[in-house]
Amino acid sequence: MSEKEEMPKKKTRREFLQQLGIVGVGTVLGSSAILAGINYDKKKTESQRIRVLTAENELLEIEKSDTTAVVKTKYENLTYLQQQGREGMVGKRFVMVIDLSKCQNARKCMAACQNAHHLRPEQHHINVLKMEETETTPPFYMPKPCQHCDNPPCVAVCPVDATFKRQDGIVLIDNERCIGCRFCIAACPYSARVFNWAEPLHAQEDEDKTYNVELNVPQKKGTISKCLFSADQVRLGKLPYCVSACPNGVYYFGDENEDSVTNGTTKETVRFKKLLADNGGYTLMPELGTKPRVYYLPPKGKEYPFQEKDKAEAEEHLSHS
Amino acid sequence: MLEQSKVDKITSDLLRSIRLNKSFMIWMGFLGVSLFVCLGAYVKQLTDGLVVTGLGDYVSWGMYISNFVFFVATSLVGMLISAVLGLSGQKWAAPLARIAEIIALAFAAVAGLVIILDMGRPDRLLNVFLHGRVQSPIVWDLTVVTGYVLISALFLYIPLIPDFKICSEKIDKIPAFQRNIYKILSLNWNGTLEQEKILKQSTRMLSILIIPVALAIHTVTSWLFASTLRAGWDSTIMGPYFVTGAFVSGSAAVIIAMYFYQKNYKLEDYITDLHFDKMGKLLVLVSLIYLYFNLNEYMVPGYKMKKFDAIHLNNMFSGGHAVMFWLVQILGLLLPIILLLFKKMRKPLPMLFIAIAVIIGAWFKRYIIVVPTMEHPFLPIQNVPLNFKVYTPTAIEILVSIAPLILVLIIITILSKVIPIIPVHEAIEQLEEKQ
Repeated sequence: MSEKEEMPKKKTRREFLQQLGIVGVGTVLGSSAILAGINYDKKKTESQRIRVLTAENELLEIEKSDTTAVVKTKYENLTYLQQQGREGMVGKRFVMVIDLSKCQNARKCMAACQNAHHLRPEQHHINVLKMEETETTPPFYMPKPCQHCDNPPCVAVCPVDATFKRQDGIVLIDNERCIGCRFCIAACPYSARVFNWAEPLHAQEDEDKTYNVELNVPQKKGTISKCLFSADQVRLGKLPYCVSACPNGVYYFGDENEDSVTNGTTKETVRFKKLLADNGGYTLMPELGTKPRVYYLPPKGKEYPFQEKDKAEAEEHLSHS
Repeated sequence: MLEQSKVDKITSDLLRSIRLNKSFMIWMGFLGVSLFVCLGAYVKQLTDGLVVTGLGDYVSWGMYISNFVFFVATSLVGMLISAVLGLSGQKWAAPLARIAEIIALAFAAVAGLVIILDMGRPDRLLNVFLHGRVQSPIVWDLTVVTGYVLISALFLYIPLIPDFKICSEKIDKIPAFQRNIYKILSLNWNGTLEQEKILKQSTRMLSILIIPVALAIHTVTSWLFASTLRAGWDSTIMGPYFVTGAFVSGSAAVIIAMYFYQKNYKLEDYITDLHFDKMGKLLVLVSLIYLYFNLNEYMVPGYKMKKFDAIHLNNMFSGGHAVMFWLVQILGLLLPIILLLFKKMRKPLPMLFIAIAVIIGAWFKRYIIVVPTMEHPFLPIQNVPLNFKVYTPTAIEILVSIAPLILVLIIITILSKVIPIIPVHEAIEQLEEKQ
């Protein structure tokens, strides 16, 4: 039986060497896998570095994992928009010039404005009126936006500072603060303000939008609304909605500080003071002391005559009871 | 020394009204149901917005605001009768002082509610306190009306102190807690010389203090209109115009109250024909002064006929509001003046009818002050629906306007049932003085 005893010993040595081999290979494979994995992870994170330029003109690299995304809450967004809206644009003093000799009652300005601000058809931030001053003077069309007065009677009477005049001359309304007392409507001699008697147009679709005081959307039921000189557009360096929409060259809009206004139709920029001087520019009811910032060029030498059908409506205001 | 029987008669006559009887229950039930209906109308206004009214972007102030002006106006009568007549030694007015104060307090306190009913966002009322602008006439109005309510409450309470003592002692058949409340409110009044002195001094001080405050509330309310540029509102005499008008409507309110108290509480010995005669003369006096201001308001711009003044005057004299205007001026002002010049007309029943005509005229006069001006702005009303051009109040608007009036009647009724409406202590004092 010595053969039988010898055989297992030989087998175990082989077995031992086989097992050692397996363990050895396994270790090598396993550790290399782990090492590869570590290296792979490292490579992954190592490559996620971003470069930033500091205010001191230094170029730095930081790990993306060290950064955190800034997620603004709705309230923070609102506060930011409110602050921006109340401050206005530094160094600007916006003015509008309306050339009455060019207005043909196309009303593209009214449509563009009502569209942008989600207004109902009877709510006018800008209203094109059929005017006739006296029985003998000729009738004419007159677009009437908010005059953004420098001595605004509406701002004077507001009990909660919901309507305010900014440093760039624009008078805005904060629909988050307005209490709906309508004193400002009573005070405005230009009838420039409207009120949201019912739920505003598109109230449901606009529900989740953050309120932007420079666009006044979404509007709120029970609060006031009016022309904003398209404060949201001018902040982006564009012209107001009405100015851009006019096909007949009626509107000029610009900055009094730069003494320049741009025509909405031709996109031509002219000197503001020269435009007024050359055409006999004037303001509406200056004797009231409101100091409006909207200037009118008289309807002289009208290319397109006042339409017959509008004469009756224009005459109504002369002596109605 | 006064005969005890006479004193007893006074106290029993004047305290008789302090009980809850059947007619009180029916009246309160009627008021309660009406108030409930009116509040239902207000709920509709809250859910749908002010679109339920006849208001629009041009006539943005209508019945609610004219109602508010009427309430503030009528509340001035407390100052007139208690303070002005009291200080000038008009002793006949003393029994009427408490009636006047109750009316004044009720109307002034509810006036604030009238304004809240007109607000587009009543949920933001706190903004007036958090972000209030001291430059706004609305903030001034809020301040002075609150001050007037506080002073009127004091002016009602302080002369009541001796009466509370009498109530706690002399009225039988009241629940124990009510007797206790009277006792607490009487602040240990014992009728000592020192207490009488304090009472007289504080009453006199309040009389003096209430005059400028009362003048302020209606002057500042008039400035809600005079601070704007509109034709018809842009008037330098708006303050005195409103204040004198307030005396007219307030005096009429007191006369109506006098009639009902005299008849229902059987107070012919205390609210006598003499009182009606004197009140009639007072009403003529204040109406003549108001007529004077009306003449100034209309004839001065009428002479010059500036463009927008002309449109405004034409509208009232011969245009859309002519019927209302002339009815108000003739039936509410001119005819009462003429009729009350005759002694026969200064008897209780004729005076009741005249006072009712005056007070209805006063309400519509405030409507005439508010609405025509809004219908004629400087620039033409165009490109809007017809209901923006001509203001027509809706049913909901009328109900919501009536609600504060019902509330005033509730307050006056409750007060009449818990305190003696003729000052008992003073009545006893006056009797002592006569002897």
